[in-house]
Amino acid sequence: MEEKTYTWRDLINYGLLGSVVTLYFGMIGMLELFDERILITPFLSLGDVLLFSGVIGIVFFAVNKFASSLNEAFKVGAVVGAVSAIFPIVLSFIATSELIAEQFVIRDVFVSVTDRLVEIYNFGLEPIVGSLVLIVAFAIVGVLTALFIKTDPKIERPLLMGIVLTLGIGLFSENVTQILGNLPAGIGRSISRLLFTNKALTIVSALIIFLLTAGITYWRMRRPTTGESRGFNFSFEDISNRGLNRAQMIQLAIVAVVLLLLPWMVGSFLSQVLFNVGLFILMGLGLNIVVGYAGLLDLGYVAFFAFGAYTMGILTTATSLNPGLGLNFWTALPFAILIAVMFGIILGVPVLNMRGDYLAIVTLGFGEIIRILALSDWLAPVMGGAQGVLKIAKPVFFGVEMGSPETMYYMVLAGSLLVGFVAIRLRDSRLGRQWMAMREDEDVAEAMGINLVQTKLMAFAIGAAFSGLAGAIFSARVNNIFPHSFNLLISINALSLIIVGGIGSIPGVIIGALVLVGLPELLREFSEYRLLMYGILLIVMMLVRPEGFIPAEIYKRELRADEETETEIEAQVTSS
Amino acid sequence: MLTRTLARLSWVDLILRVFQIIAAIVIVIGIVNVFRSNTYTSNQWATLVFAGLAQGSIYALIALGYTLVYGILLMINFAHGEVYMAGAFSTVFLAGYFSNTGFLQSSPILAIIIMIIFAAAVSTAIALLLERIAYRPLRNAPRLIPLITAIGASFTLQYTFRGLYGAEFKSYPQVPALSGTVNVIGFDVPLVQLVVFFAAVGLMIALYLYVERTKSGKAMRAVSEDKDVARLMGIDIDRVIVTTFALGGALAGAAGVFNGLFRPQGVFFFMGFFPGIKAFTAAVLGGIGNIPGAMIGGLMLGLIESLGPNSIVEGLGIPSANQLKDAIAFSVLVLILIYRPQGIFGERLAEKKA
Amino acid sequence: MSTILETKSVTKRFGGLVAVNALDLVIEENSISAVIGPNGAGKTTFFNCITGFYTPEEGGIVFNEKEIDGLRTDVVTRMGIARTYQNIRLFPAMTAIENVLVGQHPHLHTSWISAVTRSAGFKDEEESALEEARRLLRFVGLKGMGDQLARNLPYGAQRRLEIARALASQPALLLLDEPTAGMNPNETGEMIRFVQHLRDELGITILLIEHDMRVVMTISEQITVLDYGTKIAEGGPKDIQSNPKVIEAYLGRGAAGGIENGSN
Repeated sequence: MEEKTYTWRDLINYGLLGSVVTLYFGMIGMLELFDERILITPFLSLGDVLLFSGVIGIVFFAVNKFASSLNEAFKVGAVVGAVSAIFPIVLSFIATSELIAEQFVIRDVFVSVTDRLVEIYNFGLEPIVGSLVLIVAFAIVGVLTALFIKTDPKIERPLLMGIVLTLGIGLFSENVTQILGNLPAGIGRSISRLLFTNKALTIVSALIIFLLTAGITYWRMRRPTTGESRGFNFSFEDISNRGLNRAQMIQLAIVAVVLLLLPWMVGSFLSQVLFNVGLFILMGLGLNIVVGYAGLLDLGYVAFFAFGAYTMGILTTATSLNPGLGLNFWTALPFAILIAVMFGIILGVPVLNMRGDYLAIVTLGFGEIIRILALSDWLAPVMGGAQGVLKIAKPVFFGVEMGSPETMYYMVLAGSLLVGFVAIRLRDSRLGRQWMAMREDEDVAEAMGINLVQTKLMAFAIGAAFSGLAGAIFSARVNNIFPHSFNLLISINALSLIIVGGIGSIPGVIIGALVLVGLPELLREFSEYRLLMYGILLIVMMLVRPEGFIPAEIYKRELRADEETETEIEAQVTSS
Repeated sequence: MLTRTLARLSWVDLILRVFQIIAAIVIVIGIVNVFRSNTYTSNQWATLVFAGLAQGSIYALIALGYTLVYGILLMINFAHGEVYMAGAFSTVFLAGYFSNTGFLQSSPILAIIIMIIFAAAVSTAIALLLERIAYRPLRNAPRLIPLITAIGASFTLQYTFRGLYGAEFKSYPQVPALSGTVNVIGFDVPLVQLVVFFAAVGLMIALYLYVERTKSGKAMRAVSEDKDVARLMGIDIDRVIVTTFALGGALAGAAGVFNGLFRPQGVFFFMGFFPGIKAFTAAVLGGIGNIPGAMIGGLMLGLIESLGPNSIVEGLGIPSANQLKDAIAFSVLVLILIYRPQGIFGERLAEKKA
Repeated sequence: MSTILETKSVTKRFGGLVAVNALDLVIEENSISAVIGPNGAGKTTFFNCITGFYTPEEGGIVFNEKEIDGLRTDVVTRMGIARTYQNIRLFPAMTAIENVLVGQHPHLHTSWISAVTRSAGFKDEEESALEEARRLLRFVGLKGMGDQLARNLPYGAQRRLEIARALASQPALLLLDEPTAGMNPNETGEMIRFVQHLRDELGITILLIEHDMRVVMTISEQITVLDYGTKIAEGGPKDIQSNPKVIEAYLGRGAAGGIENGSN
């Protein structure tokens, strides 16, 4: 191993950085809010996790950078951890000092510096004792982190899995309870009573979950892996292009059954969450075509969502306020998509000659103009102005009126499947190659005989169609739509989720929507920090992993470039 | 020759041309209608013009930040509106303190200068942090990537300041010395508007002289011409970039104080978003990368925004014209980028290294 | 032999600079011709005029008896002119075979709807397109490399892939912009044989820009020399080698054999 050199100064710098992070979480109020959510009674709150996360993170970097041996790692961890306590301690003293308070009340400026925050930093002790405890605690956490980094991955992974799952169940205790509540014969309710007190895990249940998870992970890691025996080994590509063998069929069937039963397993609240996730998957898949395949950075994507929603609304509403047409959902749906496509093309034509940043800004401008117009008195006779469009029809499916989260879930499920299917098939076709060639190099793409105008407009139109479909379903679900529902955040949301998931990657869209739409819905109480997390996630993602969680798998795209692979595949198909 | 021109004209160009003509006709009709109907007195127009100039000078100061950074790095610092917000939002507390202690009343000029320096310092610090964390590591990445981090940085800054200072609006104190009106060529103009306008113009001239006359200004221009050659000439590129961000930040901070002085609506964490986009519009209007262009573009946008609703929109018979004020700014942005992306003064920089 | 490409006093200006000045050129079908000249002589600009990337201010370009000046690049390509670039411009994040498939674009016709329904016609066309792409990869010696990303291929392979991509559009005229730039003598020799092979086997007319005089003199039947956008000489290799104007243009500025960069 190469010798890593460092000085005390390096360690102190890293410690100060950790200290800034710890201070930051406190000063913006996250610590205090997160502290209200207890994960394991009585001693561990989400706030504690956040308090230590800065130290853990910074020690992680420091140890990886400086420490080659275990002893050194301990030293680095302890020093960096202890130094990380400095700024919070300074803050506690400023906030509690009466001398300073006479001149200047820090809370008048920094609203989050409350007594409670000082209490968190001091563990509820006297300032001096509390400060010492904080230093020691941070140093211990630093050492533990160092130890953790330097342990054998065979032990590290089970531990990590155990910790993550235990904390996860503690965090989502309410949702776990809801799901368990749907189990038959009250079994679930007894289990959740055993697991949780006051929405948090008890020490005993936490220990059990931790040991179980760690144990199972350890056991599974010891078994020699055969690769194919575990997990799902079919992909969207297979379904679209090749057909499946029997094992894959069975797996697909299981997935299908789970997807179909999901809303009834998780209850109404979680169904609504699933609905929202699905809606963003729909939009994400559409935007993925525009941004991921065709490389056109569109920040006004919400416009087409709005066109879909408003068209659906205006065509189906039948109140005296809005002179709607009173059509039913299914009749209005094609129009909603068509209008969205139309505007996709209309707004696409002016931006045909734009690239990159300018395209992003102009599309953002379009989105805002449309929102402002929808809000204006001028178009109020058509679009309802600030009052929005009310009483939008619910879809009726074979006599069953849909509208509840559970039933509308099926609508987005069907929509997402259809859209995903279309997206994959287009990607693996001439049009998909046209888009990608254009993304890579517009001039050369044109020199290959590709008509850029047509290709771009196709991307805008298809993207708009998907977004319009999402908008139509959205308006049927919420029944009343208002202009403020169609703000820039929707575009940013959709863009963020495809970036975080992996630009151009369809599984990435799903993961991105689950993480960026699903998680925040479950963590509603922290919603004021939702966009902060988005922002940080976007920056970190671009710095560390610009290709996203699940990068688009270029290699796996089954093009069968060589005869050998082709015959292999044929052999597989015939043998199964 | 004619047939060849026709053959080259694609239907896209045709549609764009038709759009352009329609837009021009609509604008002319709107203006003609308003002036024919004599809805407003010349005094009312003058009020709008001066308010527009003051607002425009604030846009111009922010726009300079966009233009400076674009000139050097060819990237749009999407989070620049937040840099402006940071200075304006932080300084509201200092202003309140000065007002409570009577300092603002007893020596207003000194107090405002201190406020400007403080705001500029905060904004500069944020701009430098932004450059260091979000942009520097990505300097050689594809263009899409820094744009996305900029969006991320924008949200991070908004909600960080919301966490720090709270979500409520906070108002700058009234400055007694700046209330009242002055008679300018026969019209009563609020003093604060004039002060803001001239102070902003003063800062812009200072910046212009800095870039044109000083050594580090020359280095900036050299880097914006050709980074590689500038490096060979011994110019420290990183330092030039840092200077650029610092200058842009300082001007944005000053703009934040000016905004606080003359708009009673107060400051809050989301205040930077729309001015940010509008200032970007101003920068594009004048030709992005072009310093005098940003100044003129800012003033023009201020005027368009101030006069537009009452002249064009109302002239078209659209009710509640002021609701569409923001839409006008965005329409200007869209139209400029479609028809004259190089701006009024600029050369076409956008494609230079695209 | 008939004429495949004829330019009549083509002129392209950039502001005050005349990049190509009243250039007349006649390319015979099934020939190998070269355009040479010192740095900045306007060679690449001339290529860009032929392919429609630039529209010349004056003059006309006739390809296969059709006027093509002023047409869009994609239309010109579909009429049968393909090109490669001086600084290789592949689609870097696409695989080699995808690059070739994109090149086949002008000859694929199924609509996006049949792509969604995976109609029989679509499947047939994709299958034969893949077959053709594999054949082209084999032809340029990239067998077995089809699944690699273009950007991961070695330099020489990238050059060959670029040619395969150009061939995929089944051009009648192939414009090669410095096909041997950055190659060692071995690779250069291979490229010479390959270019001759293209003409002899596939009957494609070749027009190339080249700096390596050995290459130019070995394979070209007709050479046109540009200096400051103006044609200063034209003829077979022997005539050019002894032409005093050419020698002056090169030696006068000491640019012979230098590697041109950024002449557009």
